[in-house]
Amino acid sequence: MTLDASIRVSRANFSLDVDLTIAPGEVVALLGPNGAGKTTALRALAGLVPGARVRVGESTWDGLPVERRPIGVVFQDYLLFAHMTALDNVAFGLRARGTAKAAANATAATWLDRVGLAGFERAKPRTLSGGQAQRVALARALATAPQLLLLDEPLAALDASTRLKVRADLGRHLRDYPGHTLLVTHDPLDAMVLADRIVILEDGRVVQQGTPAEVVRRPRTDYVAHLVGLNLYRGTAHGTEVSIVDGGSLTVAEPATGSVHVVFPPTAVGLYPEKPAGSPRNTWPVTVSGIERHAHTTRVHLDGTPPVFADVTTATMADLRLEPGDRLWAVLKATEVHTYPS
Amino acid sequence: MRRLVAVVAALVVAGCGTSDEGSAPGEVTVFAAASLTESFTSLGKDFEAANPGIKVKFNFGGSSALAQQLNQGAPADVFASAAPANMEQVADTGTITATPTTFARNTLQIAVPKGNPGGVGGLADFGKAELKIALCAEQVPCGAAARKVLAAAGVTAVPDTLEQDVKAALTKVSLGEVDAALVYRTDVKAAGGKVEGKDFPEAGQAVNDYPIAPVAKARNAAGAQAFIDFVRSEKGRAVLTEAGFVLP
Amino acid sequence: MTTERATRGRLPVVLVLPALLGLAFLLLPMVGLLVRAPWRTLPARLVGAEVGEALRLSLVCASLATVVCLVLGVPLAWLLARGDLPGRGVLRALVTVPLVLPPVVGGVALLLVLGRRGLVGQHLDAWFGVSLPFTTAGVVVAEAFVAMPFLVISVEGALRAADPRFEEAAATLGASRWLTFRRVTLPSVLPGLVAGTVLCWARALGEFGATITFAGNFPGETTTMPLAVYLALETDPDAAIVLSIVLLVVSVGVLAGLRDRWIRGAT
Repeated sequence: MTLDASIRVSRANFSLDVDLTIAPGEVVALLGPNGAGKTTALRALAGLVPGARVRVGESTWDGLPVERRPIGVVFQDYLLFAHMTALDNVAFGLRARGTAKAAANATAATWLDRVGLAGFERAKPRTLSGGQAQRVALARALATAPQLLLLDEPLAALDASTRLKVRADLGRHLRDYPGHTLLVTHDPLDAMVLADRIVILEDGRVVQQGTPAEVVRRPRTDYVAHLVGLNLYRGTAHGTEVSIVDGGSLTVAEPATGSVHVVFPPTAVGLYPEKPAGSPRNTWPVTVSGIERHAHTTRVHLDGTPPVFADVTTATMADLRLEPGDRLWAVLKATEVHTYPS
Repeated sequence: MRRLVAVVAALVVAGCGTSDEGSAPGEVTVFAAASLTESFTSLGKDFEAANPGIKVKFNFGGSSALAQQLNQGAPADVFASAAPANMEQVADTGTITATPTTFARNTLQIAVPKGNPGGVGGLADFGKAELKIALCAEQVPCGAAARKVLAAAGVTAVPDTLEQDVKAALTKVSLGEVDAALVYRTDVKAAGGKVEGKDFPEAGQAVNDYPIAPVAKARNAAGAQAFIDFVRSEKGRAVLTEAGFVLP
Repeated sequence: MTTERATRGRLPVVLVLPALLGLAFLLLPMVGLLVRAPWRTLPARLVGAEVGEALRLSLVCASLATVVCLVLGVPLAWLLARGDLPGRGVLRALVTVPLVLPPVVGGVALLLVLGRRGLVGQHLDAWFGVSLPFTTAGVVVAEAFVAMPFLVISVEGALRAADPRFEEAAATLGASRWLTFRRVTLPSVLPGLVAGTVLCWARALGEFGATITFAGNFPGETTTMPLAVYLALETDPDAAIVLSIVLLVVSVGVLAGLRDRWIRGAT
C-alpha cells in the first residue's frame, strides 16, 4: 500500500510544505542543502514534531504518538544506547513492543548477522567502528519490521573511505526491505546511488522530483543543476571495463561485474583542444553544447559518447576560449570513477 | 508564622555571638553562660551608662565551651559560669586565680505549654508513659539537676527525648511537642508567655550556683572588678531577680 | 603507556599547589582526631552497648533516608530537568532551601509541619495516631529533608547534561516514557545518580541539627552517632573522639566499597 504524507510545519522565519508519496519497496531521497527542512520533515513523519498527516492505504497515523507509529529511524549519529550491548540495542524495539526476551534476542541476533556483525552481539557501542555502529543502527531500525524506514543522513558521520563500502551495503539492505523508505541527505551521491526517486527541497518547498537520471539530465533550476552536478551512467561491468547502456565505455580502477551505476564528479574531467599524447585510457572526443558560469568555476556541457559535464576554472576558460560547437577531447582518470551495483 | 520567627530568632541568638578580639583599654570583655544572655545584656547597658568611657563586650555560650576557649587563651576579662565545675576547669589551668564569688542561683521549674494541655501538676506526672516528656541529657547541667530532683521525689521518669541543652527542651515545650519538661526558672521567664512554669517542692535539691571571677591576665583588671561589683550591686540584683534567678 | 604518562604527568604548578593545600585542609582535621584518640582505652570504649546501638541506628536511618530520597528525589530531578512547567527556575532554587537553612531551623520547620501540633502532623495524629517526633521514623524524615537536595541537584545536573535525543530514539523504537526513563534515561545518568546517592547518604549519616530538633534524642530510638558524639563532647571529649573515629571508619569503608562496585557496574 502506498504511503501518502502531507507535512506542514511553520515556525518563525521558516515554513515547511511538502507532500510525499512513497510506494512499497521504494526508496525516496529528500535532498537539499542544510536548513532546507529535510530533518524537520523526517521528524514530523516520526511524530517527534507535530505537522505531518500520514495515510497508508486505508489507515491514518493521525494522533498516533511516536511510540505507537510503525517506524524505524536511523539517526545521523546513530544514537545507540551506550550502556547496552549491540544485541540489546537491536532487541530494544522488539522488547518495547512486547516481544518475549528470548524471541527478541533471537531476532536481534539474526539481524546482526544480516548486517554482517555476527560475533559482535556483546560488543558495547563505543568499541564499534563508525561503519559497524551504522550497521547496528540500521539493524535496530529494521528489527521491528516497520512500515516506514526513516534515514537521517545515515552516511554523514563516516569518513570518505568507509562511506564507499557502507553506502554499497546500505543500498543492498534497502533493496531487500519491502516497506517504504525515506532517506534524508545533503549528499547528491547518496541520493543518486541509494534512491529510486529524488525529491529536492529548498527553503521548505519541493523544487523538483524524479528519478536520479531525470534530475541529472534535466535539472529544473540552476540550484538543482549545481547540487546534482554529477556524471552518472548505468552500465554493465566486466572487470575494470564498463559498457555504458546509452553507448560508450569507461575504464574503472576497481573491478566489478554486472549491472552498475558509474559516477564521477565534473571536476574529474579534463578538457584538451588536441588529443593528448600517451593518452590515458578514458579519452574521447566531445562537442561543447552549453556553458554555465558559476562564481569560481564554469560548467561545460559536452555531447559525445557518453555525454559528460566538466567543471573548469576561470583561467582554463580564458585559455581555451570555449564556444558552443567547439570540438575537444575529454580525459578522465580511472581512479576518479566509482561504481555501485544497481 | 510568628511563632516560627520567634523560635528561629531565639535559636539564632543562642547560637551566635562569639568574638575573640581582645579588650582595648576602656573595654571589658565578659565571657558569660548562655542563660545569662538577657540579664547581662541589660546589665551591660546600665554599667556603660554608670561608667562613661567603658564599653562592655559579651561572649555568651555554653559554660563548658567558654571554659575551653579560656583555657586555649581566648582574651577575656571576666568569666561568669553557670556551674562551679566549669569555673574549676579554668582555675585548674591557672587562667583564673582569684576566688570566684557566687552571684546568682538557678533552680528547676516544670515548663508546660500554654494552657497545660497534658494536665501536668507535679513531678509525679513525669512517670506517666502517656505524656510526652522532655528532659535534658544527663551530660549537660540541666540534665544532671533533673536527675537529682526526680530521685529526691522518688519518681522514675519516662522521657521521650533527652535534649542537648535547656533551650532545645524549652523549644519542644513552646511548640507543644511535649507536655512537660524540666528547665531552669530563668528559661521559663525568658520564654515570655509561650510556656507556663510550675514550682515544685523538690527544686531545692538541685540548686545551680553561678560563680563569677576576673581572669588572671585581664587586660583591664580595674574594669573587670568594676563590672563584677556592678553585678553584685543593688541594681544588678534587681535585674537578676527580674530574670528569675534566686540570689545568695 | 609511557608516552601517555609523560604527557599526563606535566601538571601545572598553579593547579598542583592549591590542590595539595586543599587535600591537606580536608585531611588534617582527621589527622588531629587520630593523633588525639585515646588508643589504649579504645577497645574498652568500643564494646560499650551504646556505641553499637548508635552506630546501627545511624546506618539504618541514613540508608532508609537515602531510599526515601531516591524514591522521591529522582522523579523530582526528572521533573525539574525535563518537565515543561512554569516557574521551573524558582522551583529549582526552592529545592536547595534545606541546604541553606541552618539544620536546627530545618528541624523546627519540620516540627511546625509534622509535629504533634503541626499543620499536617495534627491530622496524622488525630486520624491515624501517627506521631513522628521522638521516633526512629522521625530521624529518617529529618535526615531525608536535609540530604535530599544533594541527590536532586546532582541527578538533575546529569539529566540536563544527558542528550534528550536518546529518549527520542527510544520512542521511535516503541518505548513508552516510563520504559524509556527506566532503560535509557536512568542508565545514562548513572554516574550522576551514584554521586548524588553517595552525597545524600553521607550527609544523612552526619546529620545532627535537624535530627535532634525534630526527632529528639533517646538512646536506641533516636540517638544516632552524631548526637552521641555531641553529648559525649559535653563530659568526655575522649569518648567523642572514639565515636567520631568509628563513624569515620565505617562511612569511608562503606563508600569505598560501594563506589568500586557501582563504578564497575556502570561501565
